[in-house]
Amino acid sequence: MENSIVLSIMAAAIIAGTPLLYAALGEILAERSGVLNLGVEGMMLAGAVSGFMVTVMSGNNWLGLIFAILAGGFMALIHAFLCVTLKANQVVSGLALTIFGTGVSGYLGKSLIGIPAPVTFEKIPIPVLAKIPVLGPVLFNHDALVYISYILVPLIWFFLYRTNAGLKLRSVGENPAAADAVGVNVFLTRYVYVIVGGMLAGIGGAYLSLAYAPTWLEHMTAGRGWIAVALVIFAVWDPVRALIGAYIFGGVDALGFRLQAMGIMIPSFFLKMLPYIFTIVVLILATRETHKKRVGAPGSLTLPYDREER
Amino acid sequence: MSVPQIAKKEQGFRVTLEKRGTTPYLIHFLVPVSSVVAALLVGAIFLKATGHSPLEIYAMMFDGAFGSMYGISETIVKAIPLMLTGLGVSIAFRMLLWNIGAEGQLYMGAFAASWVALFAPDMPGYIMLPLMFIAGFLGGALWGLLPAIPRAFLGVNETITTLMLNYVAILWVDYLVYGPWKDPKGFNFPLTAPFRDSASLPTFGNSRVHLGLLFALAAVVIVYVLLKHTRWGYEIRIIGESQNAARYAGMNIGKNILLVMLLSGGLAGLAGMAEVSGITHRLQHGISSGYGYTAIIIAWLSKLNPWAIIIVSFLFGGLLVGGFSIQTSGLPSATVFMLQGLILFFVLGGEILTRYRIKLQRGRK
Amino acid sequence: MADSTLVSMRGITKTFPGVLANSDVNFEAKKGEIHALLGENGAGKSTLMNILTGLYRPDEGEIWIKGEKVVFRSPKEAIAAGIGMVHQHFRLVQPFTVAENLILGSPRPGRILNMKQVEKEITSISKKFGLEVDPRAKIWQLSVGEQQRVEIIKMLYRGADILILDEPTAVLTPQEVKELFKTLRMMADEGRAVIIITHKLHEVMAVADRVTVLRGGKYIGTVNKKETTKQELTKMMVGREIELSSNQDDYNPGEDVLILENINALNDKGYPALKNVNLTVKEGEILGIAGVAGNGQRELAEVVTGLREIQSGTLKINSKQYCNCSPLEIIDAGVAHIPEDRLGMGLVPSLGAVENIMLKEYRKKEMNKGLFLNHKLLKKKTGELIEEFGVKTASIDSPVKLMSGGNLQRLLIAREISCQPKFIVASYPVRGLDVGAIEAVHRILLEQRKAGAAILLISEDLEEIFALADRIAVLYEGEVMGVIRTPETTVEEIGLMMAGSREGEKVS
Repeated sequence: MENSIVLSIMAAAIIAGTPLLYAALGEILAERSGVLNLGVEGMMLAGAVSGFMVTVMSGNNWLGLIFAILAGGFMALIHAFLCVTLKANQVVSGLALTIFGTGVSGYLGKSLIGIPAPVTFEKIPIPVLAKIPVLGPVLFNHDALVYISYILVPLIWFFLYRTNAGLKLRSVGENPAAADAVGVNVFLTRYVYVIVGGMLAGIGGAYLSLAYAPTWLEHMTAGRGWIAVALVIFAVWDPVRALIGAYIFGGVDALGFRLQAMGIMIPSFFLKMLPYIFTIVVLILATRETHKKRVGAPGSLTLPYDREER
Repeated sequence: MSVPQIAKKEQGFRVTLEKRGTTPYLIHFLVPVSSVVAALLVGAIFLKATGHSPLEIYAMMFDGAFGSMYGISETIVKAIPLMLTGLGVSIAFRMLLWNIGAEGQLYMGAFAASWVALFAPDMPGYIMLPLMFIAGFLGGALWGLLPAIPRAFLGVNETITTLMLNYVAILWVDYLVYGPWKDPKGFNFPLTAPFRDSASLPTFGNSRVHLGLLFALAAVVIVYVLLKHTRWGYEIRIIGESQNAARYAGMNIGKNILLVMLLSGGLAGLAGMAEVSGITHRLQHGISSGYGYTAIIIAWLSKLNPWAIIIVSFLFGGLLVGGFSIQTSGLPSATVFMLQGLILFFVLGGEILTRYRIKLQRGRK
Repeated sequence: MADSTLVSMRGITKTFPGVLANSDVNFEAKKGEIHALLGENGAGKSTLMNILTGLYRPDEGEIWIKGEKVVFRSPKEAIAAGIGMVHQHFRLVQPFTVAENLILGSPRPGRILNMKQVEKEITSISKKFGLEVDPRAKIWQLSVGEQQRVEIIKMLYRGADILILDEPTAVLTPQEVKELFKTLRMMADEGRAVIIITHKLHEVMAVADRVTVLRGGKYIGTVNKKETTKQELTKMMVGREIELSSNQDDYNPGEDVLILENINALNDKGYPALKNVNLTVKEGEILGIAGVAGNGQRELAEVVTGLREIQSGTLKINSKQYCNCSPLEIIDAGVAHIPEDRLGMGLVPSLGAVENIMLKEYRKKEMNKGLFLNHKLLKKKTGELIEEFGVKTASIDSPVKLMSGGNLQRLLIAREISCQPKFIVASYPVRGLDVGAIEAVHRILLEQRKAGAAILLISEDLEEIFALADRIAVLYEGEVMGVIRTPETTVEEIGLMMAGSREGEKVS
């Protein structure tokens, strides 16, 4: 009996962690280019509402996903334009995007509240693998988006560390002057990866409205975008650690529900506080670790690049 | 080794950005104003695209906010917490402390003030109100101190910690008003019993404008004098401009982080106290319509200048009131946040003009 | 135009806000020659070369490479044209390996990285030119001299035939400089054009074939090294005869002001930067700290001014012990600090002169009326200091970042000196200044010495150290290699110590 509860928590951890994972992977790419994107929360909301809206209108959840990607990417384009071309303050620009994204999604979503999704991302157990004891039900009994995230992690890892394009990305984030001097296009690189980051955030949001919930509610991300940003620090900007972190956070989220179900009487409000307090604790520990190990943020994070800087 | 193409002689213009030495004052003023205009234009396009008439909507908003004495008084009512949180946020921003937690600090101030009102109800007004004032300030201040400690001692990014605490504070208040503090005669709504009159801030005339207005205005003056004329204000500014120079000059950065966050949180806490004592007269779910977040936009738009914060808070108060009045046309209050976000985009984008000049160059290349 | 001319720049003009960096400048470099671009700090040499490498675009003028007119829209195009540059501040990505830095942006490696191939190629180039370096090493692990070698190999790996080096010897010991010149000669002999930007005359005379002189952004002339003299070049560089101040006074040191006993400190990465350092500085003397940058000088200055933690050892100022106290206590002890990083630490660039002077004044009782600052008095004091020290500024309120290097330093020093300090720490005080400003700074330091102040002078310029210091201490890898009275030593001896020999050791 105990065993299956643990397994179900682990499976729930993966489901809860998936939107965080997508958003964190996107943020890793953006920050690796040197641009801090605090608008992840707004981009996730934009992705959630547009994904849901298009799914309702078209009856096709994959089409909804595409629009979610576009929505996230479009918002990221605004951020890139402000921060890379106009060299605006990256922190405030991200906040503006979150506020705008919250507003736009609330505006567009008004007519969608209470409508059930006609089609969602259903669970697809993988033949054979889903039957493996322990690992099967935990890992291989999920929807398509979860499986895609499984593949994304090693893909991004390989990209970052083993390809020429990944090398260029990392160089822009560490030392844009050095990259520029050898002909890497700093502006283009930053634009591309900020937008890709936004697209991934959009997928994360769509996951919430089309698989996790699945429905549309105002403010449904409930701070997950911010948690994803913290996750990136915890992951030391590495995709594999982001995976581990996302599932741990997901576990904390899932734990809350399970504790209630098990009859442990903690007021639901305190359980809801768990992920946020946990994020703070993790952030403190992660910051200490990066200081100790002297690894850390990409060198040019939050600094706009200006070739003619004198 | 190939040699790059020889450039042909072209006619036409090339737009370049040239760094400015100093910024003319006009730009500092023009950028925020034109940002608001541009945001309204984009908002209008959005409204049109989703089937509403922008002129009608904007007219309704303006009328709701400024078209009557009632409207103006409501605008002032909204401006009070905006001013206080805006000031709080602006002080933190001066030192490059990204205090996104004004919302939570407001809630904690409201909580602390309510605690005094509910558990010592028999005190006369002239003791009750000052006590609530102090409690409100302390509640917000301590909630601001919390994230300041890991920041000061461990360098932990305060953007996320302050934000996370917003959620915690809101959930805490929800816990109280849905649970132990819920008014038994309240039909199960998430609110506390009403405060006694002694715990309510006096109002001006028949409007809802309450004494909190004086707190806000006094706070503006105090913050201005603090920053410009005191040693502490100088330290805050220097640390914000150049941490290295501040250390070099012997300033204690850690201590200042703690003090500034105390003050910043305290001001937001006062906003919370003013709301529960002057408007709602009880602690309830949703006492803030996102004032803490709007405060960030106000602070940025005002370029952290205390006097400008008065004007901008008033305008944004009008925006909020206008936002409520259009709800009857089926537009959600989220519309206001959309406009706020747009305004901030344009302000941010426009800021480049303070640092660079646009130059038109004729000729090749 | 001769066939052997690889580079020709004509009529180049470039302005930045408030500064005319290049004004109608001509420059030419031929195959097989080492061409020195000479001028004092601020003459426009770096700007000119940054234009050549595609980093900046000239407002006017033309560039011809190998006989064809070109317009570079980015550094990429310049690299493709065969131009390579080693900057003063290396353009290397610190967390990457040598190999990763070399292939960055290069068209060769293809989509998926094949590092082994690259490492082989690097090893063959480095062997050929005697530039030893481990392709797998991470940049932050390398010494400054080794990092420079990586930059040079980077150019060769791209097949550059026009090589530019910006002040390459600033970070080398005298022995390493000799090695570098040998390498440059080899590269030139293979048909390349080697351009070195420098303000050091003796280097020009040692290695260059031809010299082009810039002054104040203008082109002064080009001469053959063999047909000119140091005096003539100085005249071209500076426009007048210069007698640099030097320390002719009697050496009459007083009490010990600064005593460092067995000081150990770590650098930013957590590695030991100062190892058992013992030093004293007395009243009325200048102790010069020589050494290649990066051997602990910065950490030394920070330890003495309270900006860096002391792991072990004692720091005494005027017999009072200061152990891991705040910078404020040190300032109150009468210590003035002229930091290496003027705009990053010593001044706040976006603020005006008054607010910068206030950095040292704002705590004083006289400058405050109770809780409030006395702005009037502060402004008055600033005006007095500006006049006394000859600081030229557009207005007392304009942001100091608009001031020239020389005036910035004058302002900074004015502020530090006005408190009548007993002890002055001066880190690279004349770096990047023109000759007039250098004169002024040296004069002020010597005056302070005469008035009885103890001065710790950190400098990378041996000429400056020999001119000003009474005693010279050499730092190498965080250790003091020796402390000698200036009249009793030579440049060679100091140079050996800078490279790691201890005082008195014989070199085999």
